[in-house]
Amino acid sequence: MATTHVAAQEAEASVEPQQVVNDLSIQVATVNGSGSQTANMVLLRAIFQMGIPVSGKNLFPSNIAGLPTWFTIRASKQGYIARRKEVDFLVAMNPETADEDVRDIRPGSAVVYDERLNLNRLRKDLVFYPVPFDQLVAPVCPDAKLRKLVRNMIYDGVVAKLLGVEMEEIHKALQKQFRKKAKAAELNWNAAKAGYEFAEKKLPKADRFYLTRMDATRGKIIIDGNAAAALGAMFAGVTVVTWYPITPSSSLCETLIEYMKRYRIDPETKKATFAIVQAEDELAAIGMVLGAGWAGARAMTSTSGPGISLMSEFVGLGYYAEIPGVIFDIQRVGPSTGLPTRTSQGDVLSTAFLSHGDTRHPMLFPASVEECFSMAIAAFDLAEELQTPVFVMSDLDLGMNNWMADPFAYPEKPIARGKVLSKEDLERLGAFERYRDVDGDGVGYRTLPGTDHPAAGYFTRGSGHNAKAIYSERPHDYTDNMDRLARKFETARLRVPAPDIREAAGREVGIIAYGTSHWAVVEALDQLRQEHELDISYCRLRAFPFNEVVRDFVRRHRRVYVVDQNRDAQMCQLLRLDMDAQDVKKLRSILHYNGLPLDARSVTDSIVAQEEER
Amino acid sequence: MASTATSPAPPRKVNRIGLEIHAYKGNRSTLCAGCGHNAISERIIEAFYELGIEPYRVAKLSGIGCSSKSPAYFLGTSCGFNAVHGRMPSIATGTMLANRTLLALGVSGDGDTASIGIGQFVHLMRRNLPVIYIIEDNGVYGLTKGQFSATADIGSKLKTGVVNDLPPIDTCALAIQLGATYVARSFSGDKRQLLALLEGAIAHHGTSMLDVISPCVTFNDHEGSTKSYSYVKDHDEPLADISFVPFFQDITVDYAPGTATEITLHDGSRVILKKLGEDYDPTNKVEALRVLTQAHDKGEVVTGLFYVDTKRESFLDLLNVVDEPLATLPESRVRPPKTALDEIMEDLK
Repeated sequence: MATTHVAAQEAEASVEPQQVVNDLSIQVATVNGSGSQTANMVLLRAIFQMGIPVSGKNLFPSNIAGLPTWFTIRASKQGYIARRKEVDFLVAMNPETADEDVRDIRPGSAVVYDERLNLNRLRKDLVFYPVPFDQLVAPVCPDAKLRKLVRNMIYDGVVAKLLGVEMEEIHKALQKQFRKKAKAAELNWNAAKAGYEFAEKKLPKADRFYLTRMDATRGKIIIDGNAAAALGAMFAGVTVVTWYPITPSSSLCETLIEYMKRYRIDPETKKATFAIVQAEDELAAIGMVLGAGWAGARAMTSTSGPGISLMSEFVGLGYYAEIPGVIFDIQRVGPSTGLPTRTSQGDVLSTAFLSHGDTRHPMLFPASVEECFSMAIAAFDLAEELQTPVFVMSDLDLGMNNWMADPFAYPEKPIARGKVLSKEDLERLGAFERYRDVDGDGVGYRTLPGTDHPAAGYFTRGSGHNAKAIYSERPHDYTDNMDRLARKFETARLRVPAPDIREAAGREVGIIAYGTSHWAVVEALDQLRQEHELDISYCRLRAFPFNEVVRDFVRRHRRVYVVDQNRDAQMCQLLRLDMDAQDVKKLRSILHYNGLPLDARSVTDSIVAQEEER
Repeated sequence: MASTATSPAPPRKVNRIGLEIHAYKGNRSTLCAGCGHNAISERIIEAFYELGIEPYRVAKLSGIGCSSKSPAYFLGTSCGFNAVHGRMPSIATGTMLANRTLLALGVSGDGDTASIGIGQFVHLMRRNLPVIYIIEDNGVYGLTKGQFSATADIGSKLKTGVVNDLPPIDTCALAIQLGATYVARSFSGDKRQLLALLEGAIAHHGTSMLDVISPCVTFNDHEGSTKSYSYVKDHDEPLADISFVPFFQDITVDYAPGTATEITLHDGSRVILKKLGEDYDPTNKVEALRVLTQAHDKGEVVTGLFYVDTKRESFLDLLNVVDEPLATLPESRVRPPKTALDEIMEDLK
């Protein structure tokens, strides 16, 4: 509303020139299992409720309790939501990492810390705010056992006072966080107030960072990518869900269970219009998906890298026997256990060709929570239309972090079930051949088990078969089939989501990126324009196989930087296979693989360096 | 009457739904002549014919191996899925989740079940999914030319002279312990018993596990093998004489009260066990495991219905899945309305 907007402008106009308003990042360093998640979410939400664009990244260890964890909240009036490397405001709660945390931050930054840690001895170029957490928590939390959890809420109050977060919004966020647990909300609110009051009395403002109300988040939602994908699956009409717990994908199916219990129980019979099974391992999870897909269900599983590897054999069967299924891969750092709680785009190449023999699989690359939702829906339609396993390649950063987004749009198109012949169709046709390419798109017609017609039954197998689905080891039957499957992949090229392209005027340099790299890239594009006068085109891939538009993009640019969050330039390698020979040498790589979400500065620096080398 | 009238053709023999036995046959077997698996296929054909099951309702599922090839040789108009090695249980589970009105018939082997597939096997048994799980058990890997499987008995000898020195996995004992609700062992050469057990399995609602000793004529039918025809014939100790009475027939089988146990299955069919020697109660888990353990110690192969539980809920009931196939529910029942999405979005603001 206009009034709010004016107020925000006035607030900005009144502050000193050196003050930094609505453009900062707060890092909270705590110990895993200390209940800091609640405090961090409340702080993030309060800033969001003040209309300031915000993003949160949880950097956590593979551990239940005791190891260090960091949470970064970035507030950005420009709306940048990528990770920012620089920390402006540190909340140092973990004695183990406090010294290092303090040493790493830029001069002029502020540090809120537990006074016992004596951090002010470490540097002279920072603003220090010591807080006696133990003294403050005791009176507001008489139960000593709960103090460890409530303690963190004190820093919310301190930070709120120092930065200008409205306490009313902290209160509202707390209510939302605790919903029906009124007692817990009350306890935490008292702790937040204690922090605020302490800061008011004892901590005069000495740093230059401020948060003031804006109007840039109205109507927006906050959700993590896994929950968004779960919602997409539910609105896609998923009926069979099988999964095996693995970080960072578990919350996808766990959230889905909650939503399905609420929205997918038949109102008349009170029975479920779905089946969700926690399988014994990923091999069984994908096997159940294929069994269900074969029998006509919309079936899915979600996993991460190690699970993808285990599914390899079955996925090859799915490709060759032509069975629909949707697999969400919430990528993490590998190989092996790697860094199981850190983000990566490391499964791109292995998933593209997952399994033995000649196999290729469509992959969708959501960049946002909106796309986790819409691509989940698209994936189910594609899987059934193409009769093949389809992968949705999310990652830990997208899946497990909270993102600000516009509310999701209800699907406009009806559910597309693909080429399935009913009893009535068979009565009309008399017969059918499962793997005959009737329409020239490489996709045959199928029947579902249980179709009451003598011609409906056919035998599905991973071994050689002809167009009639009959066992065959004849050389030409095998090649005919494989060629048709290749044709089907060409069809996929036209059906998968097209890339999103922003063309620069010069058409000299381009960037290709996908998934969560997007947020760092859009910010880097601004940095490159503002700081280096480089105007760069951007092609955001949304799917594999690549659409012709991607080839055209590379054709009309001189140099194209491909951003990969992996060591081996996996997407770049896939692109090389698909480009005209003269275009292959145009491709260069920007690689990021330290387990942290990509930041804009890294992209900008890499491009500037490579452009200078040229 | 016109003198030109010819004598009427003999009436075709059909089952209660008007189908000839031919409708239950499949392709010609490509397994070795005399393979026990072929005899099992014949019994499957008979069982489905006799019970008058519509072939379109049956989903045939298998893993990899000689046994797993056999679904091509029966119920030729039913849908079939020959999956990957040891993973038929997950395919069967997915299939039944998608369409609970199907009748899932899984065929596996001893290698496919007890070695590579043991993980999926045990979890299938735990779930009590409605599925018939047949192990065509010859104690040997036939398709890769005669290596031992995990059901081979200690001391059993391969053609090459190699002696097995590891104890066998008893799939029946395992299935009972894990929660399967219809567990039996039979012998491919015992037509009457195998047919009755199969018919009982078809009528049962839950996991039916049938371990059928099925000698491999090529790699495991020599002297020294404990899964040869002659060994099994000599050492077979039938637990009871089994009769199966389908739900659509009156009970006319004569049995003397006190010497027989009758089990009523879900559809009203009955399995009748006539006692041979000692009393045997197939609803007693402990007794079943005792009989199996004792037989192992004696080097005997006990056959028959070891265990039945008609009360345990099936996996699909536990999941509270709607009665219709999930696979074909209309969009109106699987895509919540826009108001639902609006409500969720409002909550996330």
